[in-house]
Amino acid sequence: MYGYLGIDVGSVSTNLVLIGEDGTVKQSFYLRTRGRPIEVVQQGLKQMQAALPDKVKVAGVGTTGSGRHLAGVITGADIIKNEITTHAIAASNVEPGVQTILEIGGQDSKIIILRNGVVADFAMNTVCAAGTGSFLDQQASRLNIKIEEFGPLALQTTVPVRIAGRCAVFAESDMIHKQQMGYNVPDILAGLCEALVRNYLNNVGKGKEILPPIVFQGGVAANAGMKTAFEKALGYTVHVPPYYNVMGALGAAMLAREATNRKSTRFKGFEVAEMDFKAGGFACDGCPNVCEVVEILESGKVIARWGDRCGRWSNALARHEKIS
Amino acid sequence: MKVVYPHMGHMWICIKAMLEYLNVEVVVPPPSSKKTLLLGVKHAPEFACMPLKLNLGNFMEAAELGADTIVMAGGCGPCRFGYYAHVEHAILRDLGYRYQLVVLEPPQKHIGELLGKIKHITGHQSWRRVINGIRFGYRKAEAVDKLERMSHYCRPREIQAGATDLALQNALREIIAVNVPEKLPAALNRAVEMMNAVPLDKHRPVLRIGLVGEIYTLLEPFTNLDIERKLGNLGVEVDRSIYLSEWINEHLFMGLVKNMRSSHLVRQKAVKYLGHFVGGHGMETVGNTVLYAEEGYDGVIQLLPFTCMPEIVAQSILPRVSAELGIPAMTLIVDEQSGEAGLVTRLEAFVDLLARKKQNGEVLA
Repeated sequence: MYGYLGIDVGSVSTNLVLIGEDGTVKQSFYLRTRGRPIEVVQQGLKQMQAALPDKVKVAGVGTTGSGRHLAGVITGADIIKNEITTHAIAASNVEPGVQTILEIGGQDSKIIILRNGVVADFAMNTVCAAGTGSFLDQQASRLNIKIEEFGPLALQTTVPVRIAGRCAVFAESDMIHKQQMGYNVPDILAGLCEALVRNYLNNVGKGKEILPPIVFQGGVAANAGMKTAFEKALGYTVHVPPYYNVMGALGAAMLAREATNRKSTRFKGFEVAEMDFKAGGFACDGCPNVCEVVEILESGKVIARWGDRCGRWSNALARHEKIS
Repeated sequence: MKVVYPHMGHMWICIKAMLEYLNVEVVVPPPSSKKTLLLGVKHAPEFACMPLKLNLGNFMEAAELGADTIVMAGGCGPCRFGYYAHVEHAILRDLGYRYQLVVLEPPQKHIGELLGKIKHITGHQSWRRVINGIRFGYRKAEAVDKLERMSHYCRPREIQAGATDLALQNALREIIAVNVPEKLPAALNRAVEMMNAVPLDKHRPVLRIGLVGEIYTLLEPFTNLDIERKLGNLGVEVDRSIYLSEWINEHLFMGLVKNMRSSHLVRQKAVKYLGHFVGGHGMETVGNTVLYAEEGYDGVIQLLPFTCMPEIVAQSILPRVSAELGIPAMTLIVDEQSGEAGLVTRLEAFVDLLARKKQNGEVLA
């Protein structure tokens, strides 16, 4: 039996998904990146190998997320695509006919508009509306509630408090102010969700035509308070797909299946988990830009370089056929 | 007198040629870099746009090399650039630099106004020689633009990664080395041959994207994080809506050279969406987007420095143009806070979107 592996290395989480030839999810893992993407990818591969029956053969690998190039280089990916494409692919498979995808992750938030099954438009957070996931995490821990309780608590509200959500710093100080005024926690949490949704729609949505069916995905979609706030603001039902937090990896796996159609995979095998990878680097002194060049080493041998503006170092390694 | 002028892409090549032909000593500031920007950001007002910060940095770096006279373009109208020369001069004076300032304003009535300023810099040169010098500089600008255009064609089609960049560097070196007008045509031929020698796969399918927006951001690769090269490597043939030679002809020569792409047509195209001058290149941005749509380009990317008023006006109009003419448009705003990873993700996503759309509107998976 053949399987296709998708790896999404984000700022907060690293996800691995293995799909079968029919596109159904066989295995999925959600790990914390903890700032160590190489280790986490290796750890994820180990877990994946342990969880799979021996007869499964990986016939293709795709990577996505902000660490896609890194993950792609160390695993030998067949395709390296960014989050927007993989999210669109995954969502339109899970929810056929989807017209709007709301995506809020740890650092990024984006909106993808599909029409007739094709991506017609997209936007990512620019000046603000960033770090929504991390911000919710931080507020939950400040209020000493578990992030899992955040959503259910927010739903208990009777009157959501209006919170200034222009940016995280203002939102936090306004929240504290409202707490000092004596509002209770559920109302404040619900108000925070509404503020973040308002901010998202203003800064990311920017007047784009949001039509149903709407899919809400990314780690923040776990938060029922956010889902309800979106429904209230948009006036439509918002669907949270079953694999909402691994959609990027799912899309990458699907793209890997497409890319390896009648071709052999470049995947280096699960042995990658045991190999010795190191990231080194140096500051190039070729010009006043002083680019910080990063080197990825596999058992002491440089397998990739990036970071230089001029291509002096990255072009020095024979570049293979383009895969992204 | 040691003259310095700010960087704007490859503009230094043509101005250096012109001034040195007229026996003016020139100091070319080091290429705009993080250091340049750092110097500028430190001393400029935060909400000034990126060109001002970089210009300031250029002048400060040039002062270390002995420059004492600033030559800069001026302007009028809603774009703030018009008074940048004076603001920068004032900031530099406060910092203790002793710079003399010469502002080349676009001639309002007659090209003589411009010639007068140039005469001031060049001293006792004959008019004939001054005009020859300007023509020499202009020819160099044309040559550089021609090579850049060729690189835009080659990059997405190159067989070996990086071959175009290398050829362009060598070709530009040929142009830079020329110091008398008579030798320029031969050097240009050699440079063109170098570009033609890049092995290409001419049957590779490529996307075509037009770049519109504010001129400085378009021309200066440091500010736009080398967007032309990045797009080229993603398999996109880029067309830049403004080239230096076109701009010189339009604004400084007042259309003296004929048979060039002119902004006249572009403005006509813009009128339906934006009926009057908003400063800078706001109208051109809208008009060029319309033109690119009519010419069947796959997409348009608008570039602007953060806080640029004319481009913000254009940005708010682009969604309507995009919807009515069916051309996807994306806006990228740059300033010293711009991160490269974010830009790359957006470019990749945009190019992916266009590629998928081009495959006969192929339905996702």
